[in-house]
Amino acid sequence: MSLWEYANPRRFMSTTDRVVGPAFALGGALLVIGLVWGFFFTPDDFRQGSTVKIIYLHVPSAMMAINAWAMMLVASLIWLIRRHHVSALAAKAAAPVGVTMTLIALFTGAIWGQPMWGTFWAWDPRLTSFLILFLFYLGYIALWQAIEDPDTAADLTSVLCLVGSVFAILSRYAVNFWNQGLHQGASLSLDKEENVADVFYFPLLVCIAAFVILFIALVLLRTRTEIRRRRTHALELRERAS
Amino acid sequence: MRPLLVRDLKLAIRAGGGFGLALAFFFIVIVLVPFGVGPEQARLASIAPGILWVAALLASLLSLDRIFQTDWEDGTLDILATAPVPLEGVVAVKAVAHWLTTGLPLTIAAPAFAMFLSMPVEGYWTLTLSLLLGTPALSVIGAFGAALTVGLKRGGLLLSILVLPLYVPTLIFGAEATARSIQGLATGQPLILLTGITLGSLALLPFAAALALRVNLR
Repeated sequence: MSLWEYANPRRFMSTTDRVVGPAFALGGALLVIGLVWGFFFTPDDFRQGSTVKIIYLHVPSAMMAINAWAMMLVASLIWLIRRHHVSALAAKAAAPVGVTMTLIALFTGAIWGQPMWGTFWAWDPRLTSFLILFLFYLGYIALWQAIEDPDTAADLTSVLCLVGSVFAILSRYAVNFWNQGLHQGASLSLDKEENVADVFYFPLLVCIAAFVILFIALVLLRTRTEIRRRRTHALELRERAS
Repeated sequence: MRPLLVRDLKLAIRAGGGFGLALAFFFIVIVLVPFGVGPEQARLASIAPGILWVAALLASLLSLDRIFQTDWEDGTLDILATAPVPLEGVVAVKAVAHWLTTGLPLTIAAPAFAMFLSMPVEGYWTLTLSLLLGTPALSVIGAFGAALTVGLKRGGLLLSILVLPLYVPTLIFGAEATARSIQGLATGQPLILLTGITLGSLALLPFAAALALRVNLR
């Protein structure tokens, strides 16, 4: 039993068939618990008031926006090295989810920034690098849509993902160099001193777990759709041939 | 490799000139800016480094699709792919040819255009130096984007969406170096980082571009 068995589309389909439903249920339940806990059962911050509660959406979506790209990078590498089609399709399936997470992070940040920083948008390093990440996602999705042959599209988008990752990281640090920011440091880190206070910390963890599970469920669902689309396409071709 | 370089240069200069065109485009963008932001010299001077660098990006973007498109259409690229020269080398030579016809003229002409934006004279030397160090990266990154989109009928717009985000670090360090030199600050750090990006791109991106070309030629 190895991970590579899931490279077989039939094996992948039969396993994920059983996983997707429970994953959505668990993720949804955790999200409800986390948000209700966070919104109604934690105190207001003494400086930020109730606006602080947007971190329950902002931080998890921002994390997943980056993690989605990292997952696409791994999937692209697997496709380029081992030519497993499911992997390429998973990368394709993750991109729209990732871009949605990026948008959620940017929007919730803007909504929070208006009362706190007095502006919806500032050219702060973190904000700017997220905007650049958004552009990378757009280019990746646009390239997938532009190319008709599925294998060519998978190859070219994988190469773009690899090169894009390097340049995304470069941009992240270049932007740091260019402007010192308004944005606060990390909300979560292994250094306990830097963390947000415990009352906010636990509901935040629940929300992050919910976002991770929902992300997995969404990507699996979208990958299944892509596999089915590939199958109908193959059936169509076979029928036209006969 | 040298005959290929000479051929590409001749094509660029003789056939429908990407050569003068990029320079003219650069100039027109510079001329348009004062109409947009007003003619006050102080304001123009403060935005001049950024405008010059953004204009250089756009000018080099303009002729990117020519790097492979015509060779792809008439089948030259198939022959180049089977030639004894590795495809990575072909990509590198074509990027160099692109730089010689767009980046280098821009670099040489930039101080003259900076004058129109009333940029302080102290910045001219660093502006030229930063363009000289940075524009090769633009050509190589652009060649990678062109290799990705070469098989598409109307790849021009997609090409710019793919390539412009990749230009961000180059733009930041190039414009930052120029701006610092005007303020009289040390410019070593951004210039070194800019050179690092150029050298890294030159070393690695031809491989990615050649991979993309092989996929497209399959």
